[in-house]
Amino acid sequence: MKRLMLGNHAIARGCFDAGVRVATAYPGTPSTEITEYISQYDEIYSEWAPNEKVALEVALGAAIFGKRALCSMKHVGLNVASDPLFTASYTGINAGLVVAVADDPGMHSSQNEQDTRNIAKAAKIPVLEPSDSQECLDFARRGFEISEMFDTPVVLRSTTRVSHSQSIVEIDERKEVDFEYKKDVEKYVMMPAMARKRHEIVEEREKRLREFAETVELNRIEEGTSNMAFITSGISYQYVKEAYPDACILKLGMVYPLPEKLVRGFCGRFEKVYVVEELDPFLEENIKVMGVNNIIGKEIFKRTGEYSPSFIKTSIEKCKLEIPYRVDEELPARPPVLCPGCPHRGVFYSLRRIKNAVITGDIGCYTLGALPPFNAMDTCICMGASIGMAHGISKVSDPSIKTIAVIGDSTFIHSGITGLIDAVYNKSNILILILDNITTGMTGHQDHPATGYNIKGEETRQLDIAKLCRSIGCDVVEEIDPYRINENIKRINDLLEIPGVKVVIAKAPCKLHRRYNTTLPGRYVDPDKCKNCKVCLTLGCPAMSYREIPDIDPNLCASCGMCESLCKFGAISMIKE
Amino acid sequence: MKESFDILIVGVGGQGNILFSKILGEAFLNEGYDVKVSEVHGMAQRGGSVVTFVRAGEKVYSPLVDKAQADYIIAFEKLEALRWLEYLKKDGIVIYSDYEIPPMSVISGKSRYPDVDSILKDIGVRHYKIEISSLLMELKNPRVQNTIMLGFFSKLTGIEKQVWERAIENNIRAKLLDINLRAFEMGRDIELKEEELKV
Repeated sequence: MKRLMLGNHAIARGCFDAGVRVATAYPGTPSTEITEYISQYDEIYSEWAPNEKVALEVALGAAIFGKRALCSMKHVGLNVASDPLFTASYTGINAGLVVAVADDPGMHSSQNEQDTRNIAKAAKIPVLEPSDSQECLDFARRGFEISEMFDTPVVLRSTTRVSHSQSIVEIDERKEVDFEYKKDVEKYVMMPAMARKRHEIVEEREKRLREFAETVELNRIEEGTSNMAFITSGISYQYVKEAYPDACILKLGMVYPLPEKLVRGFCGRFEKVYVVEELDPFLEENIKVMGVNNIIGKEIFKRTGEYSPSFIKTSIEKCKLEIPYRVDEELPARPPVLCPGCPHRGVFYSLRRIKNAVITGDIGCYTLGALPPFNAMDTCICMGASIGMAHGISKVSDPSIKTIAVIGDSTFIHSGITGLIDAVYNKSNILILILDNITTGMTGHQDHPATGYNIKGEETRQLDIAKLCRSIGCDVVEEIDPYRINENIKRINDLLEIPGVKVVIAKAPCKLHRRYNTTLPGRYVDPDKCKNCKVCLTLGCPAMSYREIPDIDPNLCASCGMCESLCKFGAISMIKE
Repeated sequence: MKESFDILIVGVGGQGNILFSKILGEAFLNEGYDVKVSEVHGMAQRGGSVVTFVRAGEKVYSPLVDKAQADYIIAFEKLEALRWLEYLKKDGIVIYSDYEIPPMSVISGKSRYPDVDSILKDIGVRHYKIEISSLLMELKNPRVQNTIMLGFFSKLTGIEKQVWERAIENNIRAKLLDINLRAFEMGRDIELKEEELKV
C-alpha cells in the first residue's frame, strides 16, 4: 500500500518491520516522532529515558541480550550518549542496534548545528543516510542487518528536512528476529586487557566495512546525460536532482566508511566533481584523503545552514536568483513567543524585576525568557548547564550579584540533578528555579519521570522533585504558583538573602497540554475602566493587542488571569457566559 | 489536470499548518501525483512565523519550494502573506485570510502592522483575499479558518470535490468532521474573484 509518511514515521515503521523489540529515546527535535510512532506498536517495548545516555544503555542491554533495539535522539543528544556509544563500538552488539540521530542544519530548534557524521567516525561506527521517507524505512531495516553482519552499532543519520518531510512509502510486514545471549566476558566487559583485544577487532571491522561499502546497494551511480557530476547524500541528493536532473550522480547511502574504489572510479571519469553536503566537509575531506583532487566542495558551498536547489545552482553558476516580487518596507519580525497563559511568563515577569541578578538559562520553551519583553536570561548552553554555570559564577562573582539558575522539569531530570549535587556539595550560594510544567513542553508534551505517566500514558511511580532536592541537601526547597507574580517577586528577593542553595519549584501545567487543559472563558478589557496605562501589555502576551486601548483576543486568551492581577483599575475581568 | 503544484502554506505557529498540509498532500496523492510535504516542528511552532511546503508533480525531488518557485502562497495570517512573498514565482497567486495576529513588536508599539492589501496591489501580485471573520462568526467556530481556505483553494486545483472531502474525512476527528465539511463547503461558495491590481 502506498501512503504519505513523515520521515520519522517511516523510520519507526522500518524498525517495526525489522522486528525491533526495544526502542528508547529522550525527546529532541527533529527526532521525537520516531519514538512517538513506535510507542503505538504493541510489539515493541518503548520508553522515554531521562536522557540519551541512559536511553542508549537500555537499548544496548537489550541488543546484547539478543533483541533488536533502536535508540533515537537529536544531534546534541549524541554528545550525552557518546560515552556508551564509543565503547559499544568495542563490545559490538548481538542482535542489531541502530542509533537514529537527527541533525538540525539551519537550527530550526537547536542550540548548535554539529554534524553527527564526525562523531560516528570518531566512534568507528558505520553511518547510513536516507534521502526520503522510503529510504528512511529501507535504511532502518538495512541498518539492523549491517549491525548484525559486522557486530557493530549503526548510526542512521537524518536531518530536519528528511525527518520532517512526508513522501510516499510502501510498507512491508514485520519479521521477528531473535538471537541467543551467551555470557562473554572477553567481549562485554571492557577492562583494559579485554578492550585492547576488542580495539584490534574494531580496526579489522572497519577494513571489512570499507570493502562492504564498495558493493552495497545503498551506494549507487545514477548515470546522466550532461557532463556534470556530483557526489552527494541525504537531503542534498534531492536538491541536486532538482537543480540538475540530467547530471551524473554518485549517491551515497552509506556515508561512513566510504567506498574508495567506487569514489576513485567515479571521479576519474570527470574533469571535476561537485561534492554537495550540508554542514561539515565530511565526504569532501574523506575523499581528499584518498588523494582524489578533482572535487569541488566547501570552496563554493557554505558550511552553515541549509541548502536548497537554487543555492546549489547559484553557487555553481555564480549567478543570482531572480526574485519577481519583493516587499520594500521592513516587516515586523515574528519570533516565537511564550503561548497565552504560559506559566513561564509569570516567572520571567517576576525575574525581570530582580535587581543585580545574573540568570543562567537552559534548554526548553523557557529559553524565550531571554527575549524581550523579559530579557531575563544571561546564558543558554546545553541541557542542565544552568545549574553548573550558576554555581561557577557564584564562586567568582561579587557577593552583591544574585545568581539564579532557571531550568525546566524535564531538563532538570535529564542533566540538572548532578549539577545540583555539585552545588550543594561544594557549598554554593545560588537560587535555582525549576519551572515545572509537568511535561516536556517544547518537543510536544512527552511524559517524564516526574509526570507520573509513561510513554504509553499508563500511570507509574512519580518522581517527587521537591523531595529529591531535599534529600540532596538543599538549604531551602519550596513550591510557588508561577501566576502569583507580585508575591513571587517578594519571595524570590527574600530567598536571595539566605545563604546556600535554594530551590524554588514554580509548578503549573503547560497550558497546551490536553491532560491538564481546562477551558475557561477568556478575559476582556472594560473600556470604561481602562486608564490606558498599558501595564498589562508588559506581560508580552500574544493574546493581547493595542488599538486605542489594550484589547484581548477571546479566541487566543487562556484566561490565566495575570493581566487582571496587574491591572490597578479593575478594568480586566473574565467574560461572563 | 495541472502538471505540478508548488505551494507554500504560511501562518503563525499553532494555526494548523500541518493538518492543512496533510489533507492537501493526501488529496494530491489520491489524484496520482508524486507528493512531498515539508513541515516545521519544535521551537519554531511557538507563535512564530511558520511555513509548510507542499509539492505535487509527476516526480518530486526536493521537499522544499524554492524562492521564486511557488505557484501559490496560502496565508492564514495577513502579514505572513507578505513575509514569504519572495517565494512566489512570476504570476503566482497569493490567497490570504484577512485575519490579523499582531507580532510582539507591534503590540509593544515598536513597529507598525503593514497595510497588506495596498502593498500587494502596489507590487502587482495576483491575489485573493478571504474575509474570514464574518464566515467564522457564521460557523461559530474560530478553529476552522483553514478548512474554509482549503475549500476556496480546492476550486483552483481542478481536483474533484469528493477527493477533497475524502482527505478531510481521513484526517479530522469524527467530533469535528461535520463542522469542517460545512466550512469546506463555505470556502467553495466564495466567489473566485481576484483583487484588482493598480495599473
